[in-house]
Amino acid sequence: MQIKTQLDDLLIHYSSRGRDALLPVLWDIQTAYGHISKEAVHEISHRLRVPEADIYGVISFYTLFHSDPTGETIIRVCTDPSCGLRGADAVLDGICQKVGVQHGETSADGKYTVEHSPCLGLCELAPAALVSKRGEGEVSIGEATVESLLADELGDYHSAAYSQMGILLDDNDLSNLEQYGDYGALRHALDAISPDDIIAEIETSNLIGRGGAAFPTGMKWKFTRQSEANPKYVVCNADESEPGTFKDRVLMEKRPHLLLEGMALAAYAIGSEKGYLFIRGEYPKATKILEEAITDAESANFLGHDILGSGFNFHVEIRRGAGAYICGEETALFEAIEGKRGFPRIKPPYPTTHGLFDKPTVINNVETLCAVPHIIQRGATWFKGLGTEKSTGSKLVCVSGHVERVGVYEIEPGMTLRDLLEKHCKGIEGSLQAVLMGGAAGTFLTPDEIDVPLTFEDLRGIDSTFGSGAIMVFNDTVDLRDVLRRLALFFQHESCGKCFPCQLGTQRQFEILQRSDNPKNGDTDRLRDVGLTMTESSLCGLGQTAASAILSAMDKFPELFIEKR
Amino acid sequence: MPNKNSITLTIDGQEVTVPEGATILEAAKQAGIDIPVICYHEATTANGLCRICVTDVNGGRLLQPACVAQCQADSSVETRNERVERSRKTILEMLNASVDLSEAPEIQEMMSNYQADSERFPDAKSRDHAIIDDNPFYIRDYSQCVLCWRCVQVCAEDAQYTFALTLGERGHDTEVATSFDISMTESPCVFCGQCVGVCPTGALKSKVEFGMQQGLSADEIRQSTRKSRKRKSLNDK
Ligand SMILES: Cc1cc2nc3c(=O)[nH]c(=O)nc-3n(C[C@H](O)[C@H](O)[C@H](O)COP(=O)(O)O)c2cc1C
Ligand code: SF4
Ligand code: SF4
Ligand code: FES
Ligand code: FES
Repeated sequence: MQIKTQLDDLLIHYSSRGRDALLPVLWDIQTAYGHISKEAVHEISHRLRVPEADIYGVISFYTLFHSDPTGETIIRVCTDPSCGLRGADAVLDGICQKVGVQHGETSADGKYTVEHSPCLGLCELAPAALVSKRGEGEVSIGEATVESLLADELGDYHSAAYSQMGILLDDNDLSNLEQYGDYGALRHALDAISPDDIIAEIETSNLIGRGGAAFPTGMKWKFTRQSEANPKYVVCNADESEPGTFKDRVLMEKRPHLLLEGMALAAYAIGSEKGYLFIRGEYPKATKILEEAITDAESANFLGHDILGSGFNFHVEIRRGAGAYICGEETALFEAIEGKRGFPRIKPPYPTTHGLFDKPTVINNVETLCAVPHIIQRGATWFKGLGTEKSTGSKLVCVSGHVERVGVYEIEPGMTLRDLLEKHCKGIEGSLQAVLMGGAAGTFLTPDEIDVPLTFEDLRGIDSTFGSGAIMVFNDTVDLRDVLRRLALFFQHESCGKCFPCQLGTQRQFEILQRSDNPKNGDTDRLRDVGLTMTESSLCGLGQTAASAILSAMDKFPELFIEKR
Repeated sequence: MPNKNSITLTIDGQEVTVPEGATILEAAKQAGIDIPVICYHEATTANGLCRICVTDVNGGRLLQPACVAQCQADSSVETRNERVERSRKTILEMLNASVDLSEAPEIQEMMSNYQADSERFPDAKSRDHAIIDDNPFYIRDYSQCVLCWRCVQVCAEDAQYTFALTLGERGHDTEVATSFDISMTESPCVFCGQCVGVCPTGALKSKVEFGMQQGLSADEIRQSTRKSRKRKSLNDK
């Protein structure tokens, strides 16, 4: 009975809401109780008018939601490549031993649940962990040790950002409104620039999306503005879950108002009054900073109703993801906001006509949106003067692994990878074996290839990619087969399961790589067939790139795949 | 004379004119060309998820699922070249490694048609589930489930609006489930039987058929449809 009253208190906030409130409700209940019980599902079903089976399906899709009771504290240790290099396995095993559990189990006293986790976006502070305390929520832990994870007081972390350019990031802390100052670009736009001219300016700037797909931003905005249906939405993709990627987190922590201003400009340009900022559930610090930033921006009338007396309205709502890499895929992200399992949709139709709630939607990466206020303030010509003709402006990359100074770097496109690693990152730790460009969905480069200029076009020229901006560096002490196993585990864990090639292929790929120290006859051919089938026939970008790094390793490090007899 | 709203393309070298918006599958059918399908069913919304129907359109980087991809004017579609065959064969081999296809004769025929090797993936994890016998009308044997989604769809918006079923977990562990794995009798299921009707494998079957397969007498079958029991707890999670 008491539980029911407590639940009622939680659910009262959602009485008049529909299915799109499902993830927020589930988060509230997960945080309060450590799991979402059958009884809770029954109540939610009643309030939001969503079938119980659907709610159960949603809970079981997202790894941060549990339908079974968990320990009072859930500890998740990242075991993806960059953390793997920094002793993550030992930390995970150490905790398990200390509290007396195996991976994935809850201790007998009900105090702890311990799990391994995919990349937590804190790779520069490897090994990373995420701790959830019942009733309190999540805390990210950098440079985790067994002791720091079990401490009563959990520590904060500090992220380093290095900028050659000082545009998106510099040494100043601009995380609160006082430091950030006026929304000057927005004010200027509302005063003096028409929506069509904003779009023209973005088109002229040649701004290319920073989320991985490298689509021209101006064109996306134009198509969305031209779509007849209303309302229109602006969505910020802050799901950042590609292994080795943490630039968006650092941007959100250090420049929340820049991002909000970028969203407001996008909304003004396409004719939207509602924005969603979808941030991965593993970023509690950035979430808090953004929540405060929205409140402050609303009080200063930079967001909200009748912004700066212009008649333009724009409201931003934050939505927390709940542990699913696939929700970074734009259509899966829409499904998540709509309160469903994060299954990607078939494209076409595209988000510019059929996006969130089936309405025309602009969805952009955090970094893309952060470039916008600068372009509006300083002009497309200035922006085009930076970088190269096809890679304009500045670009953030996330360097982790074996360099002397890991972190987020803002670089001018055209800088070579060698310069970045040897000069800016203060050199490679040990002797270079391989670089993984673009994250788990990217490609390996050999030491011979690091003179490539870091531009969209040059990377494409060697069949590589900026991807998410992740650059993972491996010296010659690293067992690349172990790295490949971690990548394969990542995709096996993160495939949504919708289409056969990826649902089955990520499992088969994982199985073959598991035994790669002792391969079976024919494993190389199997791996290639599985990889090419996923690449050519999968429904979405996850499956289409789930073999990318592995196929590139087969090509560049064939000795890893020799089948000894 | 093709009218304004029709388009012409070639499929395997053969010229075909179809109404705008027609899928490649429809166009191929019109041209008498057979494309295999597993998840596609006329009565359910096409989700393009099995990808067995992929075709090569203009040699593009991605193969296109014929059941949902619309025909493009003047395009050239190949329904059976090396890339297409590799995908189809590999999908079948991977599927066979995970799922018991013994009661899916159509998929078995595809396997032989594409020379799929049923032993291609040794030591693969298969999706083994205990048979669930929890209601008087049908049994559920999810070891045979290929995850075509049809049963979930007809139970929901494609037909019945009952919403007894969902998909649970994700990736290779995906499964068809009820809320908290409750029995069908505890669920909102109205036993309309539509799920059994659309299932392409032996995963869902009526108790009568199941009983006969088990060699039960007519009397025993009648008994079994009267009282149900849950055989084993759901699965081996
Ligand atoms: C599996 C998968 C994961 C993705 N994750 C992200 C992500 O975390 N952040 C992001 O901005 N884009 C991600 N994308 C790309 C988005 O689908 C989309 O292209 C992007 O948000 C568009 O923004 P942009 O044009 O500003 O790059 C992902 C794509 C796939 C296929
Ligand atoms: S490619 Fe993978 S993630 Fe994408 S729809 Fe298919 S199964 Fe889901
Ligand atoms: S039980 Fe049958 S209809 Fe349902 S998803 Fe599985 S194979 Fe398809
Ligand atoms: S946080 Fe561990 S690899 Fe990114
Ligand atoms: S039949 Fe086309 S994807 Fe399944």
